[in-house]
Amino acid sequence: MYPGRFRYVSPRSIDEAIAVLTEAEGEGKVLAGGQSLIPLLKLRFASPGVLVDINNLPDLDYIRREDDGSFRIGALTRHATMERSASIARHQPTAAAAAPLVADPIVRNRGTLVGSVCHADPQGDWAAVMIAAGGSVVAQGPEGRRTIPVRDFVTGPFQNVLAYDEVAVEAVIPAPKGTVVGGFLKLERRVGDFATAGAAVTLELSGGKVSRAGIALTGVGAATIDAEDAANALLNRPLGAETIDRAATLAAEIANPKSDHRGSADYKRHVVHTFVRRILAGLTEQTERAA
Amino acid sequence: MTSLFEEIAEPAPDDVPVNRVSVTVNGKRRTADIEPRLLLAHFLRQGLKLTGTHTGCDTTNCGACTVLLDGKAVKSCTVLAVQADGRDVTTVEGMATGSELDPVQEGFKDEHALQCGFCTPGMMLSARALLNENPEPTEDEIRFALSGNLCRCTGYQNIVKAVLWAAAKENGQDPRQAVARYEAAQQGRAQQNGAHQ
Repeated sequence: MYPGRFRYVSPRSIDEAIAVLTEAEGEGKVLAGGQSLIPLLKLRFASPGVLVDINNLPDLDYIRREDDGSFRIGALTRHATMERSASIARHQPTAAAAAPLVADPIVRNRGTLVGSVCHADPQGDWAAVMIAAGGSVVAQGPEGRRTIPVRDFVTGPFQNVLAYDEVAVEAVIPAPKGTVVGGFLKLERRVGDFATAGAAVTLELSGGKVSRAGIALTGVGAATIDAEDAANALLNRPLGAETIDRAATLAAEIANPKSDHRGSADYKRHVVHTFVRRILAGLTEQTERAA
Repeated sequence: MTSLFEEIAEPAPDDVPVNRVSVTVNGKRRTADIEPRLLLAHFLRQGLKLTGTHTGCDTTNCGACTVLLDGKAVKSCTVLAVQADGRDVTTVEGMATGSELDPVQEGFKDEHALQCGFCTPGMMLSARALLNENPEPTEDEIRFALSGNLCRCTGYQNIVKAVLWAAAKENGQDPRQAVARYEAAQQGRAQQNGAHQ
């Protein structure tokens, strides 16, 4: 199907993009990778009056590791760039595990991490990764920039806190204190399908114990779920069988899946339990080594 | 200004803005005035009559519409034609050089890597993009790289062989031998699996 009519603008600077969005007074929509937005336009689920294509702002395409160890990922950084980044592979294990599982290889050439977080699909992958890692989105508007933790940024299905005149310009993964380990698992019926259920886990270790933990779930609620209680159950403890089971149980409890053609709610809850347990069990050896 | 492609959608009223785009398609510069909502797949098929780019699912799943945009495989049903302005597009029609097939096309022909053929153009362009980046892919790497292209005949086996064939040819090796080695390895694996059962 053809999208509805819209005016297309390809700004040459972020300021220009913000000016166009401001002028559009809520009728504007930012186009980055377009791998979710264009299907929505085709289905006429979205009919913006103005499409602001930021693809001609190459300055937004970067993965930068700052001196303090934090990562800044520009709004035009594609999934494929995340997948191939040696720096991400080395320093951000949860993102590295998720990148090859996002959609399919062709979609990964085009779709962007920041776009995926903004799109806030309850079955998206990156919001879960970012929440587990304690990440944020940097939004730029007429009054300047503000940084919003992803756990507060995503407010519901396909909803975020961006104002209509703001552009999400980058995502930030904070610097870990100590050794960082993590994992991401997702069940999909076939490559590129939405997650039946998925889990992202990021742990920071010091002295053989977990000093910071993040667990987030995808596909099992009306939005990405921050499984805070499950993560807190890991704090200041070594990763033992009992602790792992407790975290997995708490994660499965906070999951709020619906029965559908991908599986029953019970099944999805079980998958969450299994994934969280499996990721944590896989991290025990690394945790012991870090001690 | 009337749109070149008004036949595929209702004609644009006079107050609807059109954008002039200039896209290099298979090495040839093509300029047109289009509505920004025109998808790249339709620009190629209806506008330029390059019907080798197939639209299968139209929902970003099947990969039949895969083309190369500045060398990267993209699903052309999920890119606006206006986004290709100033860029290079390669479709299946642009793979061969004159009458000389691209090794990927030769491989697909030699290994009979098609059944109904609908997914084939997209498969070949994904394979081309893979070999440009990774000239000696393993079976797993081929399957991973082609996982965004669905073959509803499920004829993947010969597609994998075709890509191995093309890689060997481009690396100056005997493509048939490369495929024979792969087949032997597969047989070995099958026998081993049988022994375990």
